[in-house]
Amino acid sequence: MKWDEFFVTGEPMIYAAMVSIVLVSIAIPAGLTYFKKWGYLWNNWLTTVDHKKIGIMYIIAALLMLFRGGVDALLMRAQTAIPENGLLDGQHYNEIFTTHGIIMILFMAMPFIIGLMNVVVPLQIGARDVAFPRLNAISFWLFFFGAMLLNISFVIGGSPDAGWSAYFPLASLEFSPTVGNNYYSLALQIAGIGTLMTGINFLVTILKMRAPGMKLMKMPMFTWSILITSVIIIFAFPVLTVALALMMLDRQFGTQFFAMQNGGMDMLWANLFWVWGHPEVYIVILPAFGIYSEIIATFARKNLYGYKSMVYSMIAISLLSFLVWVHHFYTMGHGVMVNSVFSITTMAIAIPTGVKIFNWLFTLRRGKISFTTPMLYALAFIPIFTIGGVTGVMLAMASADYQYHNTMFLVAHFHYVLIPGTVFGVIAGFHYWFPKVFGFKLNERLGKWAFWFITISFNVTFFPLFILGLNGMTRRMYTYSASTGYGPLNMLSMVGAVGLTIGFILLVYNIYWSTRYEPREVTGDPWDARSLEWSTPSPLPEYNFAITPAVDELDAFWFAKKTNKSLFEGEYEPIHMPNNSGLPFIMGIAFFFFGFFMVFSWWIPAVVAGLVILGTMAYRTFEQDHGHYISVEEIERTENALRGENS
Amino acid sequence: MKPKWLLFSLSIAVPLLLAGCDQSLLVFDPKGPQAKTLSDTIIFSIMMMVGILVVVYALYTFMLVKYRASKLDKDYEPPHEEGSKWLEITWTVIPVIIVIVLSVVTVRTTIDVENVPEAYANEKPLVIYASSSNWKWHFSYPEEGIETVNYVNIPEDRPIEFRLYSYGPITSFWVPQLAGQKYAMSDMVTTIHLAAETPGSYIGKNSNFSGKDFAHMEFETLVMTAKEYDEWVQDVKETAPALSETEFNELIEPSVLGRKTFSSTHLEFNPPPEGDNAGHHHGSENHHSEDASTTDEHMHHEDMK
Amino acid sequence: MKIDHSLPLEYSTEENKLKILGFWIFLGAEIVLFSTLFAVYFTLQGNFADGPSASQIFELTPVMIETILLLTSSFTIGLGIHAMRIGSKKAMMTFFGITLLLGLGFLGVEITEFVTYVHEGATMQTSAFLSGLFTLLGTHGAHVTFGLLWGGAILYQVKKRGLTPETANKSFIFSLYWHFLDVVWIFIFSFVYLKGMM
Repeated sequence: MKWDEFFVTGEPMIYAAMVSIVLVSIAIPAGLTYFKKWGYLWNNWLTTVDHKKIGIMYIIAALLMLFRGGVDALLMRAQTAIPENGLLDGQHYNEIFTTHGIIMILFMAMPFIIGLMNVVVPLQIGARDVAFPRLNAISFWLFFFGAMLLNISFVIGGSPDAGWSAYFPLASLEFSPTVGNNYYSLALQIAGIGTLMTGINFLVTILKMRAPGMKLMKMPMFTWSILITSVIIIFAFPVLTVALALMMLDRQFGTQFFAMQNGGMDMLWANLFWVWGHPEVYIVILPAFGIYSEIIATFARKNLYGYKSMVYSMIAISLLSFLVWVHHFYTMGHGVMVNSVFSITTMAIAIPTGVKIFNWLFTLRRGKISFTTPMLYALAFIPIFTIGGVTGVMLAMASADYQYHNTMFLVAHFHYVLIPGTVFGVIAGFHYWFPKVFGFKLNERLGKWAFWFITISFNVTFFPLFILGLNGMTRRMYTYSASTGYGPLNMLSMVGAVGLTIGFILLVYNIYWSTRYEPREVTGDPWDARSLEWSTPSPLPEYNFAITPAVDELDAFWFAKKTNKSLFEGEYEPIHMPNNSGLPFIMGIAFFFFGFFMVFSWWIPAVVAGLVILGTMAYRTFEQDHGHYISVEEIERTENALRGENS
Repeated sequence: MKPKWLLFSLSIAVPLLLAGCDQSLLVFDPKGPQAKTLSDTIIFSIMMMVGILVVVYALYTFMLVKYRASKLDKDYEPPHEEGSKWLEITWTVIPVIIVIVLSVVTVRTTIDVENVPEAYANEKPLVIYASSSNWKWHFSYPEEGIETVNYVNIPEDRPIEFRLYSYGPITSFWVPQLAGQKYAMSDMVTTIHLAAETPGSYIGKNSNFSGKDFAHMEFETLVMTAKEYDEWVQDVKETAPALSETEFNELIEPSVLGRKTFSSTHLEFNPPPEGDNAGHHHGSENHHSEDASTTDEHMHHEDMK
Repeated sequence: MKIDHSLPLEYSTEENKLKILGFWIFLGAEIVLFSTLFAVYFTLQGNFADGPSASQIFELTPVMIETILLLTSSFTIGLGIHAMRIGSKKAMMTFFGITLLLGLGFLGVEITEFVTYVHEGATMQTSAFLSGLFTLLGTHGAHVTFGLLWGGAILYQVKKRGLTPETANKSFIFSLYWHFLDVVWIFIFSFVYLKGMM
């Protein structure tokens, strides 16, 4: 590694990024010192083990990453808006679409969902925290520092440039000699370990910590979706762990797993990647299905139609998600037999998904639909996602895929699945649960403006790509000639991308505006909703439930409201809560430096950082920390203050 | 609110209609039997999918129009519904049938395009090796003993068998108007069967991202009459230079090149990864004894045991 | 902390039960991890390239020693947990100590074996087969190494703090981990070594 290669040079955009990174890194500590907020930051956020605060930090990080990934997307659309554009060169464009993919899937969609599940799942099952609160903090900091590690690649050393799927041999040292793909293997590894721990944590939480009487088949649908997602995480992520480890070994230790000589197999990487990668798609989609189920039931003022078949269809989807990975490379020349089998398993996913669509539609029937912002996203999801779904079935047909593979048709398809599926889902969930966490709603008028900008612009951006694909435009081309005729539709797509940007800016502006002007919400149940989280005061006390609720049916809170009975019977008792800890944060930093040194193959510093990680683990095992109790008097004081007005 | 809904519907519907009417899209403008099969398959599947969309959109519109709170009585309380066994069976069974139909179509058409086109089943195909290197395509004609770079000429009405492999990253060989694509990889050879029925120039490209100048990895596929083709081959043999090993090794270095033509192929000195040269030696321990140069080493291992 | 005395110490609190279930699930993830490594190894096991084949480098004696050491250690940790259940701290510590020593012995033999391979020219970089072999064995070996450190830390805590719900819980979870490594080794022994030597 030569020092002149350490910093990325030669691009005005990168110099601008460097300057802004330096400014931000000076401004944040300066601001914290000036406003005397160091203690607040450390005590309330960096050391917290409270699932709600961890959830909020996940969501803030995800929103930041949404903008980072969004800027990438805008640059890509701008570069391809006109033929032979010179805005970006090939290498820069390749880095941008690679990081766009990685960031949007792993550092935006996943953490946004994990953030929402952190906030909501313990509340929906009537628990006071997750099963392992400190592990939860470790998960967050591993994700956070993994994401930061990937992001600094932009200015230090160079970003990964072999696509988010990083196919070998393109991602090998020979064809991708910068440290970019080292960042890929290490940053994703660190974040991935965090995700695996989240999966274990939530599976135990949901299995063991439900309120008395809440049988599995009486859980809210969002909690169900998280249960299934956790299982998928546990089965899928270890495969990624192995794949990334082998990638690191191949690139940095000279092994031959995916090499072109000495018996290596390049397609082995593709197989491992997609054995994880396809279930990953369902990790980000199923929770969104859960969110829509909650929102549609709430705003149709009706219980979810076909609850059981909703659960079974999610289970079916999760099983099938592990049996379809080959459809990502029908074109690698396996026989008709293999391609046919995977075509059929892939198309079969459409059946349970279709069941869900019809169940949502029939939840609306005989309902009383109010068009709030979260409901608008849920309603826009149905028609747009259906387009994503049916084009997915088209792509599933192996023979036809020979004409769609690697084209803009594919790009359009997965944006039609992931944006209405995941992105609309998390935005809807964000609007829906926002008042629970912060005690006021987001402004409906601004929210709706953002919604219309986002949905309409989404179609303008991505529908043209279907047509471009059928006209032979392949994905990941940084330039094309005017004679291909791809220009006008790409320009249209760029117009849509600008509209999407305006929509997302409005969304964030709404957060600012509502924080300042929106009236505070005092009931704790602003939407007249159905599940347990709405039975608590907003904002929430640290311990969530002063008395553990007793549940005997689905939508227990709804029926309790109808029949005027209370879910909370009994006396206050001291509540045991875990203590805050700085350890997870320190561990995250140690992982960050370990990863960074590994990226540059600086072995001795890496070993030192590795020993620090082991040291934090050793400290943890010798530490004796039994948490603390909240006294009955303090609970009474808190409850009276929060529920004073209406109880 | 209404104009927004209208705009929203338009943003979905207008491009859909445009797509339906425009027949000049490459994929829907086939010039050979394989591409025709695929075009028909795609159009068939689009019809099915439009049918599904119509049902979903009709139900959706109905629900939204009829059950919006603003149109309902203030005191209306939605009923509690568990679901309906028969309705749920309906929307499970119908998709199952659709999937079965599509599966049959998929299997049949996949068999069709993976083999020599039916109309030419009795003819011996013309074999052309197409190999990729960063960022170009090499076409070797073993029967004719000629080689080209970044363009390929083929005769019409004759089955062609492209054999694909790569001297670097995985690429995907694609001539949309003649056949679907397939990967070219470094350790095995894959095959595309096709035939062209109209003379003309068709764009071919690599569709699988392969690094910096991937976007420039295009080649012209020129379909000629049999007579023109024979004349071209003869002409190349007489006028083009031979391809030396040194020159080939230079050619496969990363670069963007124009067209080149040679009167010999690289297959002799740099054989494709098929047969004994394939990249994987699955469980073949006698691989060592086959290779004279490693015999000594092999003996040594024997001693160790 | 509520302690339920009708249950074994390691299950006696709510937190302990959660930790044991969590660890079982973690072991589920570990099974997927090792399955993937096995799958990679099986895919590449014939790709010797110019390097030696499995039957050329594998030797039965060290592998048998490793197997016996690890199987015995699995047995002794079982005895340790039994001793813990009947409340005998001293016996429990003795058996855990023996377990860790056996583990150390296993690791020693494995390292010697690796050194021998490398001396014979069979390194991780030689062929895809050897990359797969070293990674699979190395991952297992790294787990054993981590287990030695972890087990040592637990032993120290039991010595200092006695058999509390907390230390008992840690010891029990550690025993699950150790049994798991043993099971993985049985698969390595059968499907890597025995199959490779045939």
